Amino acid sequence: MPDHAHLIGLVDGVPRLVQDDWRVIGSAAEWDGSPGALLPLELAVAQTERLRASERTGIWLSPTDDPACTIEFFDAIALIGVQFPKFTDGRGYSTAMLLRARYGWRGELRALGDVLQDQLFALRRVGFDSFALRADRDPVAALGAFSPFSDVYQGSVDQPLPFFRRTPTCI
Amino acid sequence: MYHYTEFDRRMVNERVAQFRDQVARWQSGALSEEELRPLRLQNGLYVQRHAPMLRVAIPYGLLASRQLRALAHIARTWDRGYGHFSTRQNIQFNWMKIEQVPDVLAALAAVQMHAIQTSGNCVRNITCDPFAGVARDEIVDPRPYCELMRQWSTFHPEFSFLPRKFKIAFSASATEDRAATAMHDVGFYLRRNAAGEVVADVLAGGGMGRTPVVGSIVRAGLPWHHLPTYTEALLRVYNRYGRRDNIYKARIKMLVRALGVSNFASEVDEEFAFLENGPGTATDAELARIAAGFAPPRYRSLEADCAALARQLAAHPGFARWHGRSVRPHRVAGYAAVTLSLKRAGVAPGDVDGATMVALAQLADRFSFGELRVTHEQNIVLADVAQHELFDLWSAARVLGLATPNIGLLTDIVCCPGGDFCALANAKSIPIAQAIQERFDDIDYLHDLGEISLNISGCINSCGHHHVGNIGILGVDKQGAEFYQVTLGGALGPDPARTAIGTVLGRAFAAAEVPEVIATILDRYVALRAPGELFVDTLARVGIAPFKSAVYPAQDHLVELQNA
Repeated sequence: MPDHAHLIGLVDGVPRLVQDDWRVIGSAAEWDGSPGALLPLELAVAQTERLRASERTGIWLSPTDDPACTIEFFDAIALIGVQFPKFTDGRGYSTAMLLRARYGWRGELRALGDVLQDQLFALRRVGFDSFALRADRDPVAALGAFSPFSDVYQGSVDQPLPFFRRTPTCI
Repeated sequence: MYHYTEFDRRMVNERVAQFRDQVARWQSGALSEEELRPLRLQNGLYVQRHAPMLRVAIPYGLLASRQLRALAHIARTWDRGYGHFSTRQNIQFNWMKIEQVPDVLAALAAVQMHAIQTSGNCVRNITCDPFAGVARDEIVDPRPYCELMRQWSTFHPEFSFLPRKFKIAFSASATEDRAATAMHDVGFYLRRNAAGEVVADVLAGGGMGRTPVVGSIVRAGLPWHHLPTYTEALLRVYNRYGRRDNIYKARIKMLVRALGVSNFASEVDEEFAFLENGPGTATDAELARIAAGFAPPRYRSLEADCAALARQLAAHPGFARWHGRSVRPHRVAGYAAVTLSLKRAGVAPGDVDGATMVALAQLADRFSFGELRVTHEQNIVLADVAQHELFDLWSAARVLGLATPNIGLLTDIVCCPGGDFCALANAKSIPIAQAIQERFDDIDYLHDLGEISLNISGCINSCGHHHVGNIGILGVDKQGAEFYQVTLGGALGPDPARTAIGTVLGRAFAAAEVPEVIATILDRYVALRAPGELFVDTLARVGIAPFKSAVYPAQDHLVELQNA
């Protein structure tokens, strides 16, 4: 778990190193009820009332969790985390896309797990706005890796319009 | 031909810079081998048996002569002087040094070429009809639609780490599929609906590999504007639910099979409902902009002079034979489309050395508006040759060894690089191709046999497309020794219903046995065929049994004994 990950957040759209006290909770035993608990979906569903009674909680999703299950918690949580067990497991990108574009999650969306600098560009595009960079990585190099491309062809969360809808077509 | 815009050029250059940085971090140890792997794969870079192999995309199979010259330069400067045209409209260089690849990518970018998404678990280079824009049976030119989808799929943020590779093809002919569309993860069959609008019948779940599957139509009559959004819906379903626990079950064909075609189609429809008519929908203006880049060349107004051609054909039997195999009718009067064979004895199928690349570029400049096309059968097409220059083209191509009159015949062998190069291969494939080419060098016999496709893959990854060869040869490993399994009856038809996967004939053979086995199969065909009947048609009529008994007489005898 990325307890010691380097946290990168978008501050006015600019990636910066940030710090906060969110803790990724693995099981019910780890949840002491204090603020800043990021709960697995299963635990949130099992202990909905406790979640609603707790201060500042969030939910994290594994690749197989259905993001639609978080909708009922939108009013009660401050953060959704999406777990990448391996950076090559691309399911979290669709999870983020659905949360942002379909279900309308406007709060913070954090990439967790095997988060590496070469994926930051795509992660940001599909709607992540905070990134728990793996602890053994260079956070400064990562800050410079958000924009390898100056523009994009297809629409996504960050820019819903494809390039051809943003430019005059008489080239 | 289509030229990349300033936007495209910048993006390709930025890709080179990105990859240069990734390689530098790998060299410094900041990026592990395992972490570099998917990044280099998405730049077409494999680690192979001898050296890294770089696979360069040839979008819609189209090459300008200056691009082919640049490929020749790359082959000579950074490789061992040659390249290999693959079965997916790519060119591969087999002897690259990983440290030099950023420079090679920069050289490619200078002529608007790249290796973006030619490998890895992402949307790959899109396969297209090499006769697009000139074929008489074409319903609509598929290339602008390919380009629309190339742009949509390039660096797609959601679909860069799919469960497995994802290949798309377009076909726009009702009579012939020249892109192996039914064997792709997604295939678009473009046609016009009753109102005359361009729509696509969408196929999903085709593929080769160890579980060959002819894809199924999951959506009929999709208006073309929805190609990007429908594909987004389909890929989202695949990205979320495709298997990731087993590489052999990760292709979309397995998901389609597990869910069933109609359930899969419903899942996609449900997803598409949220995207339909959204901002990702393609516009008439954008298609028109792209299509302008595929405007036909400035054809001269030529009369088809049949009498002059007839005289040349009568006077030069060699020209006539070549003309019969290599020249296809063209939609513009006085022009023809020509296939130059890269399949001659002594050269690995699809291999071209630098000098030949330059010569091909010259032929393109002289005879075909400076443009070439690459076919999935690993040949080169000059699509716009004036009919009255065919004889001159033949004369020039013959000197270069590019006029072998075997297009569509037995020795027009489709073949992967195999165990000589590929780290995945179980067996060599090129020596088998060469042995067959040597065994069947009598051109009269080949012409008498008529059209037969022969495909060779060095392993079950099926890069040689052996599953759909009329005769397929697959390299297998038997206790460390190389053996070859033969399949019969594979065929690429104009639609999924007329596309067939070959049936395994029986036990595998040693390399030395293969040419004789092929000879036995062909002898049986010649004995059984009705006048004018093609190999596949005879096979369909009589079944595989007579071929089996010809190839395995002793086993047949054993079966008879058992039955007795």
